[in-house]
Amino acid sequence: MDLLNAIVAMANFVFLPAISYGSQLALGALGVTLIYGILRFSNFAHGDTMAFGAMATILFTWFLQSLGVSLGPLPTALLALPVGIAATALLVLAVDRLVYKFYREQKAAPVILVIVSMGVMFVMNGLVRFIIGVDDQRFADGARFIITAREFKEKTGLQEGLAIKSTAMLTVVVAVIVVAILFWFLNRTRTGKSMRAFSDNEDLALLSGINPERVVMITWIIVAGLATIAGVLYGLDKSFKPFTYFQLLLPIFASAIVGGLGNPIGAIAGGFVIAFSEVTITYAFKKVAGYVIPAWEPDGLVQLLSTDYKFAVSFAILIIVLLFRPTGLFRGKAL
Amino acid sequence: MSDTPYGDDRGNKDASITNRKPAATLKAAPGSGEPKHSADAYLIGDTVTGGYGRGADILHACTIAVDEGQIAVIVGPNGAGKSTAMKAVFGMLNLREGAVRLAGEDITNLTPQDRVAKGMAFVPQTSNIFTSMTVEENLEMGAFLRRDDINATMEQVYTLFPILKDKRRQAAGELSGGQRQQVAVGRALMTQPKVLMLDEPTAGVSPIVMDELFDRIIEVARTGISILMVEQNARQALAIADKGYVLVQGRNAFTDTGKALLADPEVRRSFLGG
Repeated sequence: MDLLNAIVAMANFVFLPAISYGSQLALGALGVTLIYGILRFSNFAHGDTMAFGAMATILFTWFLQSLGVSLGPLPTALLALPVGIAATALLVLAVDRLVYKFYREQKAAPVILVIVSMGVMFVMNGLVRFIIGVDDQRFADGARFIITAREFKEKTGLQEGLAIKSTAMLTVVVAVIVVAILFWFLNRTRTGKSMRAFSDNEDLALLSGINPERVVMITWIIVAGLATIAGVLYGLDKSFKPFTYFQLLLPIFASAIVGGLGNPIGAIAGGFVIAFSEVTITYAFKKVAGYVIPAWEPDGLVQLLSTDYKFAVSFAILIIVLLFRPTGLFRGKAL
Repeated sequence: MSDTPYGDDRGNKDASITNRKPAATLKAAPGSGEPKHSADAYLIGDTVTGGYGRGADILHACTIAVDEGQIAVIVGPNGAGKSTAMKAVFGMLNLREGAVRLAGEDITNLTPQDRVAKGMAFVPQTSNIFTSMTVEENLEMGAFLRRDDINATMEQVYTLFPILKDKRRQAAGELSGGQRQQVAVGRALMTQPKVLMLDEPTAGVSPIVMDELFDRIIEVARTGISILMVEQNARQALAIADKGYVLVQGRNAFTDTGKALLADPEVRRSFLGG
């Protein structure tokens, strides 16, 4: 019985949060890895693209809520998502046309594009704060829980409760659907294959008649979609605050690099590696330890690192991977 | 790359922020600005003079031509401008004089992509396949510009190179050197080109594979496709060539049928080692 309690406590405080956080990171890392594969630079503006997408979705969600539209148990934000994606796609396409295109035509070195993307990051950052403000915004509605901790306790008779948040479940379901569609697109459609060809060998893609500007445009649209979905899911699951999205850049890049930049499967695996490490290392195991070893009464919280240091976890993993396996777990390669 | 200040990488080697896989290096640089109308070969680079970027001329009034269904081979010592001549014909060199014509039409000012649409196909010497994609996907990408049914053409390629059919679900990067060249040629054939341009197709393959590749190239030519190729193995290449061009320092040194060049004592002495 104690062991069961320990497992439930672990599931409630470690596995479930890590799975939903990992899905959000994976979606973010997929966007980073697509840009890296096709446009050949690390897009530092990705966190703020997520913030912009989430912001556009939130504004339209509020509009829908003011009209009295709702999706019942599901959050209204799902209805507003297509509008948010469209707005973000327009923004990134405009940025590409105004900024990145110039450097592409100059055949600028990728490191210059990285610095350019930092500039774009600051502008987008300012834009989001200017429009929606710097404070926390809540926009989640619909059912809060699929199973609450109390219901779980009553049904199973265990001491520990297992609460399944509806937003966490939604995150996982949406992430699975989005990833399935993305892989189908990249591996089965003509346009998706032309993107992989472009990423693999740009010269030969040109010789095969693949139009580079079209590939770049489609990439930005997909990235806008991925960023907005990731941003909205993160906002629903936690809350929306522009600064946290800026901070998300580190775990997202860590995920993409740990998995192997340019490799979509790696981006997903990396997302979960980072999420599980972060949650496990910052979780206080006192309660679980109490169940497993009843005789042991630990003095502290049995916590490896305080949650304030969660970014240190991503950073440490990033450095370890760069030192010992710079190509990432899945050998960063073409898309 | 480095003609612009933006191309300066300043020694950056950090693959975590910049993708080290090279971006496109091919640059469209078509055009001499002077249309000309002279010979009536199917594809001709007519007295072309030009070089890369704003650099010195590499080709000097060099003429390369190929007739329908024939094989033309460009040979010559290292640094003679053989590959450069191919690039000039394909629109990747700044021409200062001369013209390139395909079936009588002046294509001097077309970009390489437009020339692909006109029925020219080019197989570069290196990185001429999509290594991370399957053999079949490589062929599909070759036919990217086509909107009609490509299955018949794919069958033709598989008939020409039966080994590719067995390996069609395998990543092209996992194949051997000779098989990679077959994929590269197959990819180029997928556009149903009228002219196939091969830059050293037998570079780095074993002699047995080389003989087989030459056989396949003859087969392709028999289907009515003109072939223009650069070759290091001058003796074998000239043996199958309808027309041979010996280039020396960017100029036409000898031009004749392949057999006549092989028999020519001076060509034998200077280029074929006796």
